[in-house]
Amino acid sequence: MAEQTGEAVVKKFLYVNRKAPYGTIYALESLEVVLIGAAFEQDVSLAFMGDGVYQLTKGQDTRGLEMKNFSPTFRALEDYDVTKLYVEQEALQARGLTEADLVVPVEVVSAQRMAEIMENQDVILSF
Amino acid sequence: MSIEVNGQTFETDEEGYLANRSDWSEDVAKEMARIDSCELTDNHWEVINFLREYYDEYQIAPAVRVLTKAIGKKLGADKGNSKYLYELYPYGPAKQACKYAGLPKPTGCV
Amino acid sequence: MLHTVNKSPFDHNTLEACLKYARQGSAVLLIEDGVYAAARNTAVSKQMQEALKSVSIYALKPDVEARGMQNRVMDGVRLVDYGGFVDLVVEHNAVQSWL
Repeated sequence: MAEQTGEAVVKKFLYVNRKAPYGTIYALESLEVVLIGAAFEQDVSLAFMGDGVYQLTKGQDTRGLEMKNFSPTFRALEDYDVTKLYVEQEALQARGLTEADLVVPVEVVSAQRMAEIMENQDVILSF
Repeated sequence: MSIEVNGQTFETDEEGYLANRSDWSEDVAKEMARIDSCELTDNHWEVINFLREYYDEYQIAPAVRVLTKAIGKKLGADKGNSKYLYELYPYGPAKQACKYAGLPKPTGCV
Repeated sequence: MLHTVNKSPFDHNTLEACLKYARQGSAVLLIEDGVYAAARNTAVSKQMQEALKSVSIYALKPDVEARGMQNRVMDGVRLVDYGGFVDLVVEHNAVQSWL
């Protein structure tokens, strides 16, 4: 799976996001690790399943909580060359959401396809 | 730590980045630059303003690689390169310009 | 009695446990990730609609807005601000926080 390109070894990294954005710190921590890790120029994908899909919902307004709204930062991922975002169809459906409710373009995949994507990685980081 | 501008004192972290983004003004940027013995030209301001807009849009201070690419996209290749940006900001274009722009230290800055 | 629920109904069984014990006439306040239960057309909407027949259900507005759920709240669920939260606590003899 890991490709040898010249001297540098490029590995496939998958960040698995399963937590809603503000109730715990996992979601923000994951995003920060993605941004920092992007400097290492690996083959990065992000997976959103379960409550993780809530990280991407439009219309988040955290002024009442005095917390940082980090949903706009997902739109900067493209600048960091992180373009593979997979969202589980079943998770969206259970929450009454569709792709149109999300802040960034994503690839909506079945749970079965998500399992295949996970199988196909060198490193999985779970949040 | 703190910085004093026009008789007002603003809190900073140990590296001189503003603790509260809302404390920022052009005079704060000028004072930070003066401490570093750097005079802010229009070209410096162009980068500072770019970073402030980037933060408003994405809630993030971009890493240097991302900044360089994004500046190139917006202001052209003659400005979107390391040489040009390091000449303006010898302490590191993302780190130094983010500080003057009142932003936190860039995420993904190595 | 006032019950509060602060966990997502899709990640924990907290809402289910709460609704099982919430008696007729009591109030349920959804806070933090608990507010996701208030959205329309979800896997727990039916359960919520059933509960609304016997208990009052509220959701904390700042938590709803933070999560972008402000336009998805189902009919019957009332939004309250922090002042409303305090009022609910004062109005009820006891508070049960489902964690």
